[in-house]
Amino acid sequence: MDRDGTTLVLENAPKSLEMSGAEMVIRALKDQGVKHIFGYPGGAVLPIYDALFAQNDIVHVLCRHEQGAAHAAEGYARSTGKPGVVLVTSGPGATNVVTGLTDALMDSIPLIVLTGQVATHLIGTDAFQEADTVGITRACTKHNWLVKDVNELSRVLHEAFQIATTGRPGPVVVDIPKDVQFRKGTYVGPASVRHRTYKPKTDPDLGAIVRAIDLMASAKRPLFYTGGGLINSGPEASRLLRELVALTGFPVTSTLMGLGAFPASSPVWLGLVGMHGTYESNHAMHDCDVMICLGARFDDRVTGKIDVFSPGSKKIHLDIDPAQINKNVRVDVPIVADATKALKEILHFWKTQKRKVDAAALKAWWKQIDTWRAKKSLTFKNSDTIIKPQYAVDRLYELTRGRDVYITTEVGQHQMWAAQRFKFEEPNRWMTSGGLGTMGYGLPAAVGVQMAHPDALVIDIAGEASVQMTMQEMSTAVQYDLPIKIFILNNEYMGMVRQWQQLLHGGRYSHSYSQALPDFVKLAEAYGGVGLRATTPSELDAKIMEMIDSKKPVLFDCRVDPTENCYPMIPSGKAHNEMILSDAMEEETVVSDEGKMLV
Amino acid sequence: MRASTERHTIAVLVDNEAGVLARVVGLFSGRGYNIESLTVAEVDHAAHTSRVTVVTSGTPDVIEQIEAQLRRLVPVHGVVNWTLASPGIEREMALVKVAGTGDKRQEAMRICEIFRAHIVDTTHTSFVFEITGAPEKIDNFVDLMRPLGLVDVSRTGVAAISRGPEAM
Repeated sequence: MDRDGTTLVLENAPKSLEMSGAEMVIRALKDQGVKHIFGYPGGAVLPIYDALFAQNDIVHVLCRHEQGAAHAAEGYARSTGKPGVVLVTSGPGATNVVTGLTDALMDSIPLIVLTGQVATHLIGTDAFQEADTVGITRACTKHNWLVKDVNELSRVLHEAFQIATTGRPGPVVVDIPKDVQFRKGTYVGPASVRHRTYKPKTDPDLGAIVRAIDLMASAKRPLFYTGGGLINSGPEASRLLRELVALTGFPVTSTLMGLGAFPASSPVWLGLVGMHGTYESNHAMHDCDVMICLGARFDDRVTGKIDVFSPGSKKIHLDIDPAQINKNVRVDVPIVADATKALKEILHFWKTQKRKVDAAALKAWWKQIDTWRAKKSLTFKNSDTIIKPQYAVDRLYELTRGRDVYITTEVGQHQMWAAQRFKFEEPNRWMTSGGLGTMGYGLPAAVGVQMAHPDALVIDIAGEASVQMTMQEMSTAVQYDLPIKIFILNNEYMGMVRQWQQLLHGGRYSHSYSQALPDFVKLAEAYGGVGLRATTPSELDAKIMEMIDSKKPVLFDCRVDPTENCYPMIPSGKAHNEMILSDAMEEETVVSDEGKMLV
Repeated sequence: MRASTERHTIAVLVDNEAGVLARVVGLFSGRGYNIESLTVAEVDHAAHTSRVTVVTSGTPDVIEQIEAQLRRLVPVHGVVNWTLASPGIEREMALVKVAGTGDKRQEAMRICEIFRAHIVDTTHTSFVFEITGAPEKIDNFVDLMRPLGLVDVSRTGVAAISRGPEAM
């Protein structure tokens, strides 16, 4: 690394120490409070693995694939609020971690990924297991470094933690050549470094706060649209949101990322918003006159057709990342700040200025919302003979209620059913790949969650297609006695692909059916876990209880209706108030050619 | 209703660290923004800073996003849009090679004088002109040279700075 001088090393720094680069890595992790790391050894990180061997403070979890290590670290981070740390080797180790990095970037998850690199004198020679890791990961990290000088290493590591965990969190990569790991240098502690250019703004502009509460007080049809930023800001943000909602009585909806920031049991909770959100959430989004967006980013899965998105509303947008303001939707009152700090100010001004809501208008608004609620958009036709996937999720929820539950998911229909139906009361309980939509996320994420919460009930609500992408992490779960529960809604199809093919491609089910599937029960047993199968509704409860009571990792093969579709749904290219419900769905394809272009 | 595309000159002051230019350029290519010209050089050796000047085009919304995304890059000290900020000065230098003899050669020299360009290389059959000015001036010069035997052009891209005593 060139002497970049991005960080000042303070003069009154604690006494520095001489050690090898590999020892610095371990020391820096300890000084940053790291207890667990997820990784996979290889030639270019052997010195660091040697330094790991010589200590007992940091527990290393050996995953079976670097992608699994990254998702495990994501699950760890999301369920604890602490950064996830990954250690992998050069070349394929680094390229395998790219999906996890991109996932973490899209969902704002703090990850510190340490990659080995070939020795500095070999860089650029196409050496064995050489890859341009900083080049490859530049676009999928918040920042990255190649450290060529051992005396820069500890400073860069501390910077890496600072950048990953502050502002809008995200993944960072520190690429460390093997000779730098061996070389001796001077270690500096975390307190001794301060960044020159990186200063994220976290304090809200009070003028914007006052304009926001002016809008809120004048609102006739207000709505809180809440997102993952509230979760990332910490549990205090969720608490403040609850207080603000209690004061105002405004309805609340949430993005996929934001579930749990507001309790699903509350009467003012409208449920999930967006493509598979509830009828009441999406109609409220469309018809509201003041939208209070807290830590969400107007993602296309939320907005639907952008030029008819909530056409009549004034929009308040709280986000810690200034680049999110006016990116997809123009807003009226931007607040660039940490959610906790901004919510504190909103509450402070609301109370001290003795603001009142327009109670009469709010009453009429709730009456309108209740008519939408009466549609009961999440209802489905249950069956006595075949397990409906919605029923399976409902039973899983009911039978795990009151326990210390964490849910992860893969990506697809099962993910949407879980998001619609599983009711979260607290933040950090729901881990799903929202932005990137990474199939194979849930199983390794569950490994990470269980590592952080050994006594909790950690369930991956999975699909049989997704789960096969990272199935090898079952082996990790067995090795570390992590009793994760993989609840597979097995419909033998890539269900969401099949659903879109039905709706958009004339029922031509091109390569979405899995003609050969493993016997998941035997597979579980082969890994040293427990396999369970349910094929009828009548046996489901008992099998779920058996799963919950098992002390081992479980693969649960829940055979569900293969052709069930996930509703309600906003078809591509449609507005929120054009969403379709399950009973209306058997009609003709309703998607325009323009809509088909959208993903 | 589509907003029209505008041309903007944006200056980015960055820490002069390895890969910083790739971050700036990668942001443009990754998000589908245009780069019409790009100039980069170290401007303060002691402070270890470089200045990148990008000429880009896009709708006002896109330009706003470009600035916000640039500010998000970790090694960026500051971003100024000279097209929106108080009037700035834009200059570009070009080396223009024209080959020819007779009347065309005479005409090329005359145009060189009008544009206050300099001749920095001469053979019996060619000139290399050095010209400095706003990008439009260089465009005009190059267009006029085209029928007179233009064979090669090398342009630096735009450097920009504000008028008056303030720094960016």
